[in-house]
Amino acid sequence: MRRFILAIMIILLSQSAWAHKPSDSYLSLAVNKERISGQWDIALRDLNDAIGLDIDDDGSISWGEVRAKQAAIASYALPRLKLQSSEAICSSVVTDQLVDHHTDGAYAVLQFIATCPTEIHHLTVDYRLLFDLDAQHKGLLRLSEETRTQTAIFSQESPAHSFAMGEGSVWQEVRLYLREGVWHIWLGFDHLLFLVTLLLPAVLIRQGGQWKAVPDFAIALREVVSIVTAFTVAHSLTLSLAIFGLVWLPSRLVESAIAGSVVLAGIANLYPRITQRRWLMAFGFGLIHGFGFAAVLSDLGLPTDSLLLSLMSFNIGVEIGQLVIVVGLLPLAYALRDSRSYQTLVLRAGSIAIILVALVWLAERVLEISLFSVRSFV
Amino acid sequence: MIGSRFITVLILGGLMSSQVLVASGEPVRHSDDRQILERLTFNATDPVAREIRALRSHLAKNSGHLESAVHLATRYIELSRSEGDPRFLGQAQAVLAPWWQEPTPPPAALLLRATIKQNAHEFDSALADLDGVLGGQPTNAQAWLTKASILNVQARYDEARRACQALARLTARHVFLACLADIAGVTGEAAKSQVVLRELLAHPGVSDSERIWISTMLAEIAARTGDAQIANRSFSEALKTRLKNQYLLGAYADFLLDQGRDEDVVHLLQHETRADGLLLRLAIAEQALKRPSFQNHVATLTARFAASRDRGTNVHVREEARFTLALLRNPQQALLLAQENWKVQREPADARILLESALAAGNHATAQPALDWLSMNHVEDLHLQKLATLIQKDTR
Repeated sequence: MRRFILAIMIILLSQSAWAHKPSDSYLSLAVNKERISGQWDIALRDLNDAIGLDIDDDGSISWGEVRAKQAAIASYALPRLKLQSSEAICSSVVTDQLVDHHTDGAYAVLQFIATCPTEIHHLTVDYRLLFDLDAQHKGLLRLSEETRTQTAIFSQESPAHSFAMGEGSVWQEVRLYLREGVWHIWLGFDHLLFLVTLLLPAVLIRQGGQWKAVPDFAIALREVVSIVTAFTVAHSLTLSLAIFGLVWLPSRLVESAIAGSVVLAGIANLYPRITQRRWLMAFGFGLIHGFGFAAVLSDLGLPTDSLLLSLMSFNIGVEIGQLVIVVGLLPLAYALRDSRSYQTLVLRAGSIAIILVALVWLAERVLEISLFSVRSFV
Repeated sequence: MIGSRFITVLILGGLMSSQVLVASGEPVRHSDDRQILERLTFNATDPVAREIRALRSHLAKNSGHLESAVHLATRYIELSRSEGDPRFLGQAQAVLAPWWQEPTPPPAALLLRATIKQNAHEFDSALADLDGVLGGQPTNAQAWLTKASILNVQARYDEARRACQALARLTARHVFLACLADIAGVTGEAAKSQVVLRELLAHPGVSDSERIWISTMLAEIAARTGDAQIANRSFSEALKTRLKNQYLLGAYADFLLDQGRDEDVVHLLQHETRADGLLLRLAIAEQALKRPSFQNHVATLTARFAASRDRGTNVHVREEARFTLALLRNPQQALLLAQENWKVQREPADARILLESALAAGNHATAQPALDWLSMNHVEDLHLQKLATLIQKDTR
């Protein structure tokens, strides 16, 4: 091993190898009701690496060789492109195979028709060509419908993208991301638990080192509004920064810190002297939760031409989901606030239970293991 | 850095909205089966192709076997250098996939990950990987050498020198001294550096690839200090090894262009149209000679730079800045690119394109970072000094 390591030594030193173009494929999809007509240009050199085109081993690829391999090309490429309309899979058939030249050489051109079960409103494109052979390969998509064209880049890191279709598609896109935002706050138990933990004492007030029920609803409401607002402002801020690529934190750190924030919020309920201003806590940890939202949003595959719109829709979705919880929780807590059991059972025992759950998450995320099979949905 | 790249993408996106995503022409069906569509880098009987095939099938049989994967990935990285084809880097990365996402891969895989990142100009991330290697293996000579070369490109000369010094006991004397001479050649000790390098070349234990490295280094230092004869002789010596090296061809072409030997550049590079960096130099020479092929080559380069932007990567900003200034004659945009490039790379060639663009754009204040770099490090480079004088005279 040492031998070939030393052999590369010198080669590494000469800087800046410029280069021909790296490996790209060009995919165009034209959507019309339930049909997609596609054209996929894949470099002959890439296909040669994947399935071997140079039949006579002479170091060049002729039209005859490409023609002889047409069936192999189609059955290699098509299964690596999954088109889904809403949840249903669309089946593709090759209609013609040609060749074309791009700036870096000849490409096989695959023309195909994909048919989906119903009219396409929401298309997911899952692209898995060549990543196993060339980790820097990219697929450049051009998706057109009657009125507009969208583009996207597939890479090993983001192999799937989703698109909203049809007239009023802006509204559909907004709806798509709104829904994702709502679901994320509901299913992402850790965000929910953090917020609930902070809100539990909102119907109580500290007097002489004791919890007392708040005298009227307005006081509780003011507390709730300040916490929710602080949390919202903070996570919106970091969510936007992360989505625009201005700040980035490793996901293990973010996920661990989110679990840690729930633990601390629970402890603050047991030892209220730690902080009287829970909105500050909501703000501080909200910054971390924003990075968590960003990870989910980028996994969804963001449309590049309307990044801001989908970001805002997702964020508003999160706020709606949050508000629904608060509206459901607050009157209940307010009604129960006088009873002794609210303090002992809900606030104390509830906070302890929350701390325990969050500690398990924390351990799992820090150590990257699964202690229990039921995990948070994040 | 991520932020500034984003802003640049916005600026560039606004300036040039490209249409390369559409297929370039009409797809065709040929009538003749013998029509040749593509020439491959190797034919199947080529020894390199055979070797790669053997390594691949060995790895396929022993998937997850680190040593086999490292061996194959290393060969791919070497090929990316000799052929100037980034596909080989992507293939090396794919071979290392089982270890790529791990926080602490085994040192051999980590070292290669650093090298691949270095090629993608992700210098800080590459340095972090190298420090990871050196944390476990402080005597890993390759890691120290790669670290020195990245720090050198980033103009962090003190740290680069320290990395070279770590090599003193770990590798052959000529590698250690060449590492230091490379830095000294930029930072005000060109004469001393040339003496050392010439001595090293006389050493019998120098391999062919090391000879290319040392001769090219010597030639570039001589070219910068205006000693055309020594530069010429050293380039010839490097070329004599007959090993293909894209960097050497580019450096030699630059020297010839500065000497006004445009015919020689055309002769040297007329068959090297696949590598963008070499095609760029060829087109610059053709422009000076008013060759008809010039228009065609400029169109190709325009399409290639646009295609590179479409895929969302921006590795050849230095070349793109030079292309924009010398061939598109758009100093304002060249300056934007040169400034963006200066944030990532700080070699004499990077300073030169920044100074030339600032001068051509009439925006002298933007040259300041390169002027500071020049004076702070006592860089000896006649072209850069001439440009600096022009800029400072006009400013005063």
